[in-house]
Amino acid sequence: MAKVLVLFAHPRPDRSEVNYPMFETAQAVQGVTAVDLYARYPDFDIDVDAEQAQLVEHDVIIFQHPLYWYSAPSIMKEWQDLVLEYGFAYGQHGHELDGKIFLNAVTTGAKPDAYSEQGMNHADLRSLLAPFEKTADLCRMKYLAPFCLFGAGRAVEEGRLNVHRNAYDDLLKALVADRLDLEKATRADVLTDILDDFILKGETV
Amino acid sequence: MELLSDAFVYLCAAVIAVPIANRLGLGSVLGYLIAGVVIGPVLGIVGSETTEVQHFAEFGVVMMLFLVGLELQPAVLWKMRKQLIGLGGLQVVGTTAVFAGIGLVFGLEWQGALALGMILALSSTAIVLQTLNEKGWLKTQGGQSSFSVLLTQDIAVIPMLAVLPLLAVGHVAGNGAEHSDGHGHGGHEGGGAHGGEALAALPGWAQALVIFAVIIAIIIAGRHLLRPVFRFIAEAHLREIFTATALLLVIGIALLMDFVGLSPALGTFLAGVVLSDSDYRHELESDIEPFKGLLLGLFFLTVGAGIDFNLLFGAPITIFGLALGLMAVKFALLFGLGTLFRLDGPDRWLFALGLAQAGEFAFVLFGFASSSGALDQSLLRTMTLVVAISMLLTPALFILYEKVIAPRASAKSDREADVIDSKGRVVIVGMGRFGQIISRLLLTSGYDVVILDHDPQTVENLSKVGIKTFYGDATRPDLLHTAGVGDVDLFIAAIDDRDKQTLVVEHVAKTYPKVKILARARDRHHVYELENVGAHIAEREVFEGALALGRQALVELGGHPFRARTKTREFRNHDFAMLDDLRENYNDGGVDKSYIDAMRAHAETLFDIMRVDRGEERHDRTERGWNPPPKGDATLGLEPEGEETRG
Repeated sequence: MAKVLVLFAHPRPDRSEVNYPMFETAQAVQGVTAVDLYARYPDFDIDVDAEQAQLVEHDVIIFQHPLYWYSAPSIMKEWQDLVLEYGFAYGQHGHELDGKIFLNAVTTGAKPDAYSEQGMNHADLRSLLAPFEKTADLCRMKYLAPFCLFGAGRAVEEGRLNVHRNAYDDLLKALVADRLDLEKATRADVLTDILDDFILKGETV
Repeated sequence: MELLSDAFVYLCAAVIAVPIANRLGLGSVLGYLIAGVVIGPVLGIVGSETTEVQHFAEFGVVMMLFLVGLELQPAVLWKMRKQLIGLGGLQVVGTTAVFAGIGLVFGLEWQGALALGMILALSSTAIVLQTLNEKGWLKTQGGQSSFSVLLTQDIAVIPMLAVLPLLAVGHVAGNGAEHSDGHGHGGHEGGGAHGGEALAALPGWAQALVIFAVIIAIIIAGRHLLRPVFRFIAEAHLREIFTATALLLVIGIALLMDFVGLSPALGTFLAGVVLSDSDYRHELESDIEPFKGLLLGLFFLTVGAGIDFNLLFGAPITIFGLALGLMAVKFALLFGLGTLFRLDGPDRWLFALGLAQAGEFAFVLFGFASSSGALDQSLLRTMTLVVAISMLLTPALFILYEKVIAPRASAKSDREADVIDSKGRVVIVGMGRFGQIISRLLLTSGYDVVILDHDPQTVENLSKVGIKTFYGDATRPDLLHTAGVGDVDLFIAAIDDRDKQTLVVEHVAKTYPKVKILARARDRHHVYELENVGAHIAEREVFEGALALGRQALVELGGHPFRARTKTREFRNHDFAMLDDLRENYNDGGVDKSYIDAMRAHAETLFDIMRVDRGEERHDRTERGWNPPPKGDATLGLEPEGEETRG
């Protein structure tokens, strides 16, 4: 059994159609600690010691957020700047995060074809999220492909929200149960909403 | 040397008695009076000189009126004209009439009765103003009304001085010299004219002309002459000379007024008003203030010391009976007037109780009446004692008002509490500076808020700007109930009065356990107090505001705005940690040694935290994430193929 930490960032959860419902899904999964960063630190006064202690406690770290300017909402950057400290996460004595699993659970406004060499962004999602991947590498964490819902603005109207929530539920449960095919998930471009390929069958470990 | 030893005795008495009286909540006036009784009649250390000292000390009253004048801009005074003439005038005339009537009943000649009536109509400006000031009641409606009446009385002294000699019926003063009043009015035995010696020879119309001219001169000189003089003196940067100038001004005006036979207090009051909108107002205030305080203290001392114990013990019942009767009559009249002028519950009581004594001007006028033969000597001696006793009892009345009447009267105020006909999720009590900000935040955010305040003026002002506020005293359980406290989610207590605030929070916490209570606290100890009686959240009223200004101070001192922000947050976090840590300590034994030790330890930690970047340890607690990693390769310790740097 792995302990999963979902760090959720959305500055207007009351207006969120997808991310907040996903956060609610995460809260309901056993073995998952789901934290609303904007609620915990409305003044951005991040308690570094508490956050570091929480990280040490968990095996899987998930940043759940909408994609803002090809990155996360600002509190997540602030959190990274403060919590992933020299001597804790990296540097000479910084080994506290070694071997933990890290992934982004994101939603994008644009359709999937915008995230390709030929598309509007001239790059796929995973390469746009390179700063997160490099951060994970530097902290010796295992970086998985992003779990993404494209075109989130129309997801509710198109009936995709519940499908995605179920997939998120599956993903989190698989992570808790150590049943995610990590090698495959590391190599993939994106963890799609068809997760079956990534989830290991058979006995619980 | 005698002067010094007398001064020593007086100062000694004051220094011992006043702090004790203050500590006991009796106020400084009672402290002085008791000290006077102790060094005078009880121990007999001071004696015959008290009358002279008293005349000297009356100068304190003069200075007090100068200071009062400084506080009153002419426009404010003009606004008060209705109260001055109506309330004040009625009080003086009415009280004079009633006491004159009583005098007639007791068989006085009508002249004597009238003289007595006029004298007893006056109240003690010194005691009342000093007390109102000390307790912060001067701005209340009751305080304002009291002040108006006192001012009218001071003005009324002028015609009284004019009339008294006319009332002479031939009680030739046996020992008039002893009663000479130090204002230059002594010695006019049966004289027909008022005014100082200098004017006595002039005919009436000429005297009036001179008086008028003097007043105009004070106003013109105050406006056009004094300011350049003060500027010149101030530019010399000699503080003692500025003080000397201020004293010179007050003494000079007093002498001038004396010379033309007007009340010096009135003259200096006028000068004060003229200077009230000048730049030097505050400096003048702070220069004169200590002199006023000491002289007034001296004055109260002499009142206490001057009590004739032989006379008192000779007929204690008569004397006390007269004093109490005097006060009862004045109280009844004042209370009636207060009702007539629509003073509300506690204000009417403050007004009537506060002014119920006879005043220090009575001593002056008794002296005058004695020398002019309007009243006979034995009556004068008795009445002097009665007046002193009534002054002596006044502080007790103020205490009665503060401890007993004010808390109850405000509940039984004439104005019925409003019927609260709207409901909300929040009830806020107290709409001072603090409550108003919260209410505006909640109202503009779209929440329904029921607001309660016990000051009719505030309620009216707020309704003018469209914030509906209900009038009522939040310490009344029934009112809280009708305000719907039982059904709301939040109860926000923002009452200014510290004890009331705690009381209300305690009541709500006990009666409505489901309601969340947010309370404004005076300071850290009040936070604990409020938490202990059931507040869920208590916020120190000035804490965040002070931090905000402190943060700006750091910027003004050259700090980078973001560092100023960080330092301030760090300080704030530490302070909250300290608030948590000290809670148990405080609840265990209040501010004891362990509390103070814990506080000291915290202060030292704080120094360490705030000082960090002055030293070598660049990578420490403060600004953790924004400090660069140690010099050299930050990625040391990474795998060989590790990245160049962070990010």
